[in-house]
Amino acid sequence: MIPGVNGFMYPNEVELQWSVLIVLYPYITGLVAGAFILASLERVFKVEAVRPTYRLALLTALAFLLVAPLPLQLHLGHPERSFEMYLTPHTSSAMAMFGFVYLWYLTVVLLLEIWLEYRAEIVGLAQTTTGIRRLIYRALTLGSYNVSPEARRIDDKVGYAVTVIGIPSAFLLHGYVGFIFGSVKANPWWSSPLMPIVFLFSAMVSGIAAVMVLYVVCSKLRKVPIDMRCLDTIARYLFYTFVIDFTLEMLDLVHRTYEADESFRSLDFMVHTRLWFSQVILQIMLGTLVPLAILAANQLWRFSVGVRKAMYMTAGGLTLIGIFAMRWNVVIGGQLFSKSFLGYTSYKMELVTREGLLSAIALMILPFVIFLVLIKLLPPWQEEKPR
Amino acid sequence: MWFARKEGVVRRLVRDAGHLIRPALVLLAGVAVFLVVRSAIVPKAFGQYGHYRPGALALVRQRPIAYAGQDTCVVCHDDEATARAAGKHAHVACEACHGALAQHADDPAAHVPQLPDVANLCRRCHEKDAAKPPTFPQVVTAEHSGGMACNQCHQPHNPHL
Repeated sequence: MIPGVNGFMYPNEVELQWSVLIVLYPYITGLVAGAFILASLERVFKVEAVRPTYRLALLTALAFLLVAPLPLQLHLGHPERSFEMYLTPHTSSAMAMFGFVYLWYLTVVLLLEIWLEYRAEIVGLAQTTTGIRRLIYRALTLGSYNVSPEARRIDDKVGYAVTVIGIPSAFLLHGYVGFIFGSVKANPWWSSPLMPIVFLFSAMVSGIAAVMVLYVVCSKLRKVPIDMRCLDTIARYLFYTFVIDFTLEMLDLVHRTYEADESFRSLDFMVHTRLWFSQVILQIMLGTLVPLAILAANQLWRFSVGVRKAMYMTAGGLTLIGIFAMRWNVVIGGQLFSKSFLGYTSYKMELVTREGLLSAIALMILPFVIFLVLIKLLPPWQEEKPR
Repeated sequence: MWFARKEGVVRRLVRDAGHLIRPALVLLAGVAVFLVVRSAIVPKAFGQYGHYRPGALALVRQRPIAYAGQDTCVVCHDDEATARAAGKHAHVACEACHGALAQHADDPAAHVPQLPDVANLCRRCHEKDAAKPPTFPQVVTAEHSGGMACNQCHQPHNPHL
């Protein structure tokens, strides 16, 4: 018997090829898409209450987007070869096409929108700072110092258009991650046309929760009052998207259970054994039902400011854990059972290897380091400056 | 009159929206650098036969041949070939059990192959497993042979008793 394996596995299924790093990839990409959707709430859908988090959401999206490909790079034995998918892309490769979706989103949507939003500040800082900072800001102006009211009005219009293009692009970015898994027809745990939609809504949930938590933490650290109208509105939108996300996931579950195809007994067994903690306890109960109940309670009753803050932080934190568990259950869960439906393997995470826990932790810290650099470079605080 | 008004609009647009050209130029410059790098790196004949570098075929051809192929084996080992052809192992290629033996086929005296490790070789296929078809011959080797090597009772080339 091979340790960790029960029943009959095909030889190529015994060892998991996709590690915790591949769990991070959809998690981080989801945070990007979700944060951007929250930013678009203010910009396109004119939800003025969430204005204090608009820039924060954009910078969060950028910080995580820059890190999104790194888990994949680290997973590859020859990371330099990944660039060949840009040089000689094959149209039948979902991953190769994702490279272009990623580049489109990074350059045409996010960087452009941030540049347009911050242009006035960049020009101001390029004229007031000194030394290396001055050089950086001068480079960021791209040589244009025109921040006249007419020019800013045009920036605003173009920024709006970029956000409008950005919403389907963000949907594409994370829907695509779901598509990559959902189109693996050999794996019944993944192969579902609902996968891109479920990924998309869970991305929105995680991104909104992340920005909400970041907003509260940043406000605490800066010792400025939290705009409760903003926080309440974010929590309300988090609740709405979470309801849709949960409904879709349950629809998938009910559909699988009722359809009960040839894979069902095996997958059902897996959920009740190896995935019980991560799927049922972490993802569904702690990561979904508890935050949903907290958010729902806030829609029904009015709590004091202190209680609301604590409730939102708890709901946000649990949501982030729950969505991570969801990514884990998809990626790792999809590799724990045999295509023979007669055997199960197990995943033992390594610690200090290239794909180990420490690498994963470092990759999760890195976006926050980038975020700190970004907020230092482009301060998102604008309590006193309405649009 | 109309022309002058039109010219005024264009001038205003260039003045107030001219800066938007700059990120577009940066993007275009990026695309241009990418295209230059691409044309320099991607082998010229890429895609000639399919989505790969045709030079790869020559590299593969340069690798030493490992398997002789059973048509080569049976030229000399006709007794074993006849026995095998009459039995259940007729469709198992010689080198599936004996290993890659192109070097032996080239120079039989210089490269004498080792006999397979029967104790492990047979059970690779014939160890009992519930997932195998019930008609496939399979045994729990620990109980079945009492430690004896399989070929003490079975003929490997035609595995009847």
